[in-house]
Amino acid sequence: MKARVTVTLKTGVLDPQGKAIEGALAELGVTGVASVRQGKVFDIELDAADVGRAQETLEEAAEKLLANTIIENYRVEVLE
Amino acid sequence: MKSAVIVFPGSNRERDVARALELVSGREPALLWHADTGLPAGTDLVVLPGGFSYGDYLRCGAIAAQAPIMEAVRNHAGRGGLVVGICNGFQILCEAGLLPGVLLRNSGLRFICRDVHLRIERSDTPFTRGYNAGQVIRVPVAHGEGNYFAHPATISRLESEGRVLFRYTAPDGSLDPRHNVNGASNAIAGVLSEKLNVLGLMPHPENHVDPAVGSTDGRGLFAGLVAHFAAAA
Repeated sequence: MKARVTVTLKTGVLDPQGKAIEGALAELGVTGVASVRQGKVFDIELDAADVGRAQETLEEAAEKLLANTIIENYRVEVLE
Repeated sequence: MKSAVIVFPGSNRERDVARALELVSGREPALLWHADTGLPAGTDLVVLPGGFSYGDYLRCGAIAAQAPIMEAVRNHAGRGGLVVGICNGFQILCEAGLLPGVLLRNSGLRFICRDVHLRIERSDTPFTRGYNAGQVIRVPVAHGEGNYFAHPATISRLESEGRVLFRYTAPDGSLDPRHNVNGASNAIAGVLSEKLNVLGLMPHPENHVDPAVGSTDGRGLFAGLVAHFAAAA
């Protein structure tokens, strides 16, 4: 089973990397970009056969390691 | 004072800390590997040194926080034992939940490697009894992620409970955004745990203990700890 965990910075948390990317896009002439926030994507292969169990595993992985919930939000998706 | 320094894959300041501890306490610390599961009996102080544990993968300190030895460090802290995390060690303590908050990328995006001035906010802790409250010391920093951040409610709690131990200031001890090198909330350079027995700080006092390098301002931290344990004995 394929799954994806997406980790993003919470609103209000400073993201200097996103800001730098924002500036670089403007310099490249990519117009119309209001703001950029950088996050992380984890593509995960699971042994689990049922979606419920897979969701639990992903939640556990995100809570324990993939995200630091002081500054980050996460979203889990079972893809197939 | 019996101390132990934890070595993770990618730690690189363990010898600096070990040398400072030996120089000031006269006793060589035990160097423990991340995969060890216990501290030597009678360990007074545990130090998590600086470096780039696990290559800073995922988030600085995130993988090291899950290392086998951390269970022993957690138990030591739980018993009221003293723990100091310096630089990457501070990041590890935050990721392990032994200290609140997190260290973000420096606001200026650059890795900063230079001397900074720190104001000692209180001297009535085992870590700062070698200093006077309000004293300013000069010690180096070397980090890319030292921008201390926590929820505003957590920051006010830290402030009201006297848990901010070191702050980045101008040489005269005044607060000045230009001297808050990494953009840390309230210019926080070092914080204490709720029971005041776990300290995390970004700067490296262990690098200013020998007159040969031009400053011994960091010595007070180690000398204070030695005095603390000598008084307790």
